Amino acid sequence: MRNKPVMHDELSVGTRVREREAEWTGLMRRAIGGDASAYERLLKALAPGLRAAARRGLTRAGKSDADAEDVVQETLLAIHLKRHTWDAAAPLGPWVRAIARNKLIDALRRRGRRIEIPVDDFADILPDTTEQPSGIVGDVARNLGELPDRQRNVVQAIAVEGVSITETAARLSVSEGAVRVALHRGLAAIAIKLRESEP
Amino acid sequence: MKTDHLIRALAADDKRAAPLARFLYVALAAAFLLAAILFAIRLGPRDDIAAVALDPRFLFKFVVTLLLAATALALALRLARPGAETGYSWLVLAAAPALLAFGVLVELAAMPAASWGTRLVGTNWLYCLTYVPLLSLPLLAAALIGLRHGAPTRPALAGAVAGLLAGGLGAALYAAHCTDDSPLFVATWYTIAIGGVTILGSLIGRKVLRW
Repeated sequence: MRNKPVMHDELSVGTRVREREAEWTGLMRRAIGGDASAYERLLKALAPGLRAAARRGLTRAGKSDADAEDVVQETLLAIHLKRHTWDAAAPLGPWVRAIARNKLIDALRRRGRRIEIPVDDFADILPDTTEQPSGIVGDVARNLGELPDRQRNVVQAIAVEGVSITETAARLSVSEGAVRVALHRGLAAIAIKLRESEP
Repeated sequence: MKTDHLIRALAADDKRAAPLARFLYVALAAAFLLAAILFAIRLGPRDDIAAVALDPRFLFKFVVTLLLAATALALALRLARPGAETGYSWLVLAAAPALLAFGVLVELAAMPAASWGTRLVGTNWLYCLTYVPLLSLPLLAAALIGLRHGAPTRPALAGAVAGLLAGGLGAALYAAHCTDDSPLFVATWYTIAIGGVTILGSLIGRKVLRW
């Protein structure tokens, strides 16, 4: 459990949170406009807060927080696949918090616990934490293995090996368009498998 | 897979989904066309439609059902956006029932009590209970598909609102055939029929609106 920084009073913490939210809202607007690097920065900036909230939620429900990274990845996938549901005129924070809360409830339900999560649990999703991602994570990796060959190879190359779309296309001797389709379908398929998985 | 790796893949995926509202409108328009064809084949407008076209009771049926559909549509679009639902937006759903209640009061005040029974039972209530849900089915499917494209955090509730939307549109179509124009009839049988579609929407929504 993380404590609020004692050095800051509530007002300055609130101001920092607001400033960061505004920055992230701006990044998301650029991402929607096609700026992939702004998008990547945004997702990286969101991850620590999502991680902290997932750990807190799992712990509070009496579950091991070892699964927190799975919840983080599910949430990031949902943010990505449902980003067209964000109203670009609205701040990003409430939208992200609602998705994170939904994914945590899903994860707890799958682990055999129906539970109401107070919205307040996500109030401080935004402050930074210094904790780093744990290493290899189970669910997404396992589901990656179950994808059709083309999708698996593409996701593997781009995600794990960090190869560009152009290079992936050359390596697999297919068009860039085919790589883009396989990447999108692969990610969507992983999200569905995660939702339907029974641990 | 490490989270940073996943993020790299997400950032590389530049496939865009269609905007939520447009997607829902297109789905509903297609389904409305289908329902209208079904209506034309099985029912058709009532024979005296030209004569009653400006009759207040006849028009009132369209105002109430289309108002219900419009308010449900507005709410459905909110429910499909995570974090967008707020308490007060629910109040819009009260508009159509409130208007209908007003219509019922006017009818009761204007018409002799002896005629209330026949006005309520009407001549076609079984038709109403059959065809309103039937005409609503393609619209319900479209509304649920549209909501699935979104991200409703409360699936059963979103499904119920999809049912109100579909039921309102289906009832508006049926109203062009129906010769029972009394608000007493509408408040009874239309309500039951739309209520059935709403329950069905909620039950299906619970299953299919998860994401």
